[in-house]
Amino acid sequence: MSKKPEKLIDKKGLRLDGRKAGELRPIEIEVGVLPNADGSAYIHQGKNKILAAVYGPRELHPKHLALPDRTVLRCRYHMAPFSVQERKSPAPSRRDIELSKVIREALEPSVFLEYYPRTGIDIYVEVLEADGGTRCASITAASLSLADAGVPMQDLVVACAAGKVDDTIVLDLMDTEDKVGEADVPVALMPNLNAITLLQMDGILSLEEFEKAVNLALEGCRKIYPMQKEALKAKYVNVKEVEE
Amino acid sequence: MPTFFERRQLVTPGDLLAEGAYIPGENTYKEDKKIYASRLGLVEYEDKKVNVVALRAFYVPKVGDTVVGTIVEVGFNGWTVDISSPYLALLRASDVLSRPFRPQRNDLSEVLSIGDLVIAKIVAYDRAHDPQLTVGEPGLGKITRGQVVEITPSKIPRLIGRKGSMISIIKEETGCHIILGHNGIILVTGKSLENEQLAMMAIRKIEEESHTAGLTDRIAQMIQEEKTKQEGGKEK
Repeated sequence: MSKKPEKLIDKKGLRLDGRKAGELRPIEIEVGVLPNADGSAYIHQGKNKILAAVYGPRELHPKHLALPDRTVLRCRYHMAPFSVQERKSPAPSRRDIELSKVIREALEPSVFLEYYPRTGIDIYVEVLEADGGTRCASITAASLSLADAGVPMQDLVVACAAGKVDDTIVLDLMDTEDKVGEADVPVALMPNLNAITLLQMDGILSLEEFEKAVNLALEGCRKIYPMQKEALKAKYVNVKEVEE
Repeated sequence: MPTFFERRQLVTPGDLLAEGAYIPGENTYKEDKKIYASRLGLVEYEDKKVNVVALRAFYVPKVGDTVVGTIVEVGFNGWTVDISSPYLALLRASDVLSRPFRPQRNDLSEVLSIGDLVIAKIVAYDRAHDPQLTVGEPGLGKITRGQVVEITPSKIPRLIGRKGSMISIIKEETGCHIILGHNGIILVTGKSLENEQLAMMAIRKIEEESHTAGLTDRIAQMIQEEKTKQEGGKEK
């Protein structure tokens, strides 16, 4: 691992990768990358590279898990062994299991689960390269792949984190900032309904700082949302352009 | 009572489509007098009704639909059929065999075995039960020849066209017999392999470009071009 840097924010107010406090990392999103999945998406946020795939709604196996009144949403968050500096064991860790649950619960309110009883929807999130804030990027990508699969949903879900680094509230933490910094607040949002579906906090913040962090994270979500929407539309608009 | 998009504009889930006294149609939902989209698709405002024509969707069974399915399991009293929907369909043995049968004596896999394709009609389906099929009508039953193409089921209406204009062009031009399963699986049977391939090519093109204007004319043109190409190839 690289050495712990002394200063996370320099005299000019710039962060380790040259960003300002309220600036996002560059984001690229692509939809429909996996031909075998019902829906899929790929997100490249800073150094994060994440693939999300959706299968279903389909017959649920094992069958005893099926519910008579709604779909069962299942999610598997997994980090590739080569996604971090030190090789990560491919077996699901405590953290992987927690993130799977957190991602599932962030997406559940957006999906009309009651439309297809006795079935299951499987979401697979594979982190190919991790650089902090993977849960947020995963939620953004997984929500897109649900839309790409044609699952009826109330709204897309966008996620973004804010945190405290060197006594400053900053947006979209990268790996070092996440580990060395004081606090991290990931937030997931359904932008059109203005509803928060995920809110976590890791670290210590005063009430004022917390409020500031949440608002900054929400602002970040609203900045990512248009990109997410464009990515979803791009798959179909491209066909149009070729023809005209 | 404003509407927020133009007709046939691309919308994503969660987009606010209309506000006020509108009725939510397909792929939309209403909350607090506001109508939102629930799928990626094209908006259609039809009087007071707001619809979204989905670009990506899966097949939800409906009683009376004709579907093309694959046998995935042979049981004691019938077959399980994959109709590429969230639910597996059931085909009862008593429906296929007109004579009385005994599970001990008759081997059902002699009639239909795993992997066989069938054209069937949905006779019963609701939230609590899997769809049930019948083959007891003319034109239904096991598929013995032809080729199948799979498309997104929401595009079947586009493939049919206004009053069947699109599908009749393909049928006429290629001389193929085409059966549209409402579940998005299409059976093409023609006199020759070339004809079948031509029809399949046209169907795939329609699927890809279903949301563009003037498609019927372009398809007719494409089939003509391909036909002359094929004829030219034969002469050489």
